Amino acid sequence: MNKILEKEYFSEKVVKLVVEAPSIATSRKPGHFVIVRACERGERIPLTIADADTARGTITLVIQNVGVSTEKICALEPGECLADVVGPLGQATHIAKVGTVVCCGGGVGVAPLLPIIKAMKEAGNKVVTVLAARTKDLIILEDQVRPYSDEVIIMTDDGSYGTKGLVTAGVESVIAREKVDQVVTIGPAIMMKFVAQLTAKYEVPTMCSLNTIMVDGTGMCGACRITVDGKMRFVCIDGPEFDAHKVDFDEMMMRLRSYN
Amino acid sequence: MSINQNTSSPRDAQWREELRKATPVKERTSIPRVKMPELPADYRVTCNEEVNQGLSAEAAVLEARRCMDCPDPQCVTGCPVNINIPGFIKNIERGEFGKAAVVLKETSALPAVCGRVCPQEKQCESRCLYHKMKKDPVAIGYLERFAADYERINGAASADVEPLKFNGIKVAVVGSGPAGLSFAGDMIKRGYEVTVFEALHEIGGVLKYGIPEFRLPNDVVDVEINALAALGVKFVKDCVVGKTISYDDLHEMGFRGVFVASGAGLPRFMGIPGENFVGVMSSNEYLTRINLMGAGRDGYDTPVLKGRNIAVIGGGNTAMDSVRTARRMGAERAMIVYRRSEAEMPARAEEVKHAKEEGVEFMTLHNPVEYLADEKGRVKTMRVQRMQLGEADASGRRSPVPVEGDVVDISVDLVVVSVGVSPNPLIPNSIKALEVSRRGTIVVDDATLKSSVDDIYAGGDIVRGGATVILAMGDGRHAAASMHEQLMPAD
Repeated sequence: MNKILEKEYFSEKVVKLVVEAPSIATSRKPGHFVIVRACERGERIPLTIADADTARGTITLVIQNVGVSTEKICALEPGECLADVVGPLGQATHIAKVGTVVCCGGGVGVAPLLPIIKAMKEAGNKVVTVLAARTKDLIILEDQVRPYSDEVIIMTDDGSYGTKGLVTAGVESVIAREKVDQVVTIGPAIMMKFVAQLTAKYEVPTMCSLNTIMVDGTGMCGACRITVDGKMRFVCIDGPEFDAHKVDFDEMMMRLRSYN
Repeated sequence: MSINQNTSSPRDAQWREELRKATPVKERTSIPRVKMPELPADYRVTCNEEVNQGLSAEAAVLEARRCMDCPDPQCVTGCPVNINIPGFIKNIERGEFGKAAVVLKETSALPAVCGRVCPQEKQCESRCLYHKMKKDPVAIGYLERFAADYERINGAASADVEPLKFNGIKVAVVGSGPAGLSFAGDMIKRGYEVTVFEALHEIGGVLKYGIPEFRLPNDVVDVEINALAALGVKFVKDCVVGKTISYDDLHEMGFRGVFVASGAGLPRFMGIPGENFVGVMSSNEYLTRINLMGAGRDGYDTPVLKGRNIAVIGGGNTAMDSVRTARRMGAERAMIVYRRSEAEMPARAEEVKHAKEEGVEFMTLHNPVEYLADEKGRVKTMRVQRMQLGEADASGRRSPVPVEGDVVDISVDLVVVSVGVSPNPLIPNSIKALEVSRRGTIVVDDATLKSSVDDIYAGGDIVRGGATVILAMGDGRHAAASMHEQLMPAD
């Protein structure tokens, strides 16, 4: 049982929870995820860790209400508990000083991107952050990414905030004007697919963080398997981060629709 | 190991001598082997109730009478943990069911589990003297289950356990499956403070997520777990050693020995085209969704794909568990697809029999070569290659070879791949000094089960790659004895 200490609505469907999990707070690194069960009889779902406070013994999760389990999690209030939180799982992000890094996040993908932005900045990189969403209200964590970003570019589909256009336009504008050494992309699969296509054209190394269907999250079930460079990989233990240019996104999107 | 050492019921006990004299051998051998009462097949596919109903006391006593109490009982040598088999059976014959359970508990931490899932026909029962007389062996497995269930229901064996004296030494167990539980039981009885760390939200490992309730009810497992907890074993759920806490953390927490029993995690796939289509999944995923997560039952959130035509690939016990589960989930056509013939099937004979009774089709000497899907990516066709048996391979079984050009397409909407597992790399990867084999298993000294790291022992499938519950339990006991020797040499 993990108690919820804080809750904040980023938008009607997107909730931030600060959850008690002292061991995970201590051992987690950027890129790690946890498996969460809202209640007894609940489903096990993977959620990437957005932040952690070792002194308080808490981790921060950002959840978009998209189905039965996320709805139950989003409905929990401070003082209530998640039945289970296990982790940190997966491989941590490889952080190195490479020069200029473009971190682009779409929707709730910005939450797992936040610790990577921080770590990339702390490693001495120039960090350009591109935040994208359908509309202004869905842009999240802007204030949190600013202190660690040399520049923040906002993209909205409807032009209600920042520049009108897709995330790829924002990324391309940076690549067009300066040498970009690495791109990190986290968001909906379709978004990462197009970012990967764009950066492949410019031959910029690109890392993506994938959120697939999982049951146990420790390598046991194989539900999260994807094809990377023609080989089967498990997102839970080999990932969640992969070379975006080698991921078969179409197959991954097909598998994501297994239960739709 | 001599079975007359450390047993409460040695063969030369007066009561056993009297019992042997009381019934002539000829009378014993004229009794036919008992039949296990089972739920009718058409009923059991509608529910998850345990198929085998267990013996009545009268039937058990009669079956126990068949045992001739041999002077050199070979059944014991066929048991991986050398249970004093005649010792417990003769207690059943004289009506001392609780004492029979005490004998079982001397060597087996989970007799109610073993009595249900052990492949007795390949172990103890295969060595029974009755085979020499061309008769059916004593139903040792049924009797084991009977005595263990009697104890479970009546609390006979645990009633007279003395309170434990703790020695103040802490030991950690990684994984709460059969190996970890048997290690924990032995160590707590030796006075150690035992903590079991489990990655999942339930204790029991494969006994919970893998083996279905119709073969091993969760209640049976929970009784064993609760008994360990009552003795003082601490269970920590949702904790992945190597991730949540490290090996170094375990030292800081004061643990002086670690037993790694993390199991054989990763499901294998065949690497054939279409294997990632929607509706093709591992048996681990299929069974975990249903057994551990409650998919398909009212009130549980986890979904599972259902199919009318389901193929399970493989011929092991896990394949049988999957295909029988599929029938219970409403599959109209449930097939086992196995590349060898039925004679080579590794599954227990009882599981194959039960599967057939439940309407499962056996497509032996067939091997899938490709899956085809509809426009949404859901599997719809399985392309299978017909096989024939060739020369014997390394395993001693005749190896299957394709019959050239003989390929057929079969309609399926769900495929469960059950072709084995690989060891989970999580623990080996997190402890650098741990020696690991090319297959990914932890390398241990055969005599002690100690790994290349001085305070780490390992057993069960993380060492064996993929074996049975009883072998895992045997490893747990074996490692407990070795670790005790290392930590308390003067004892």
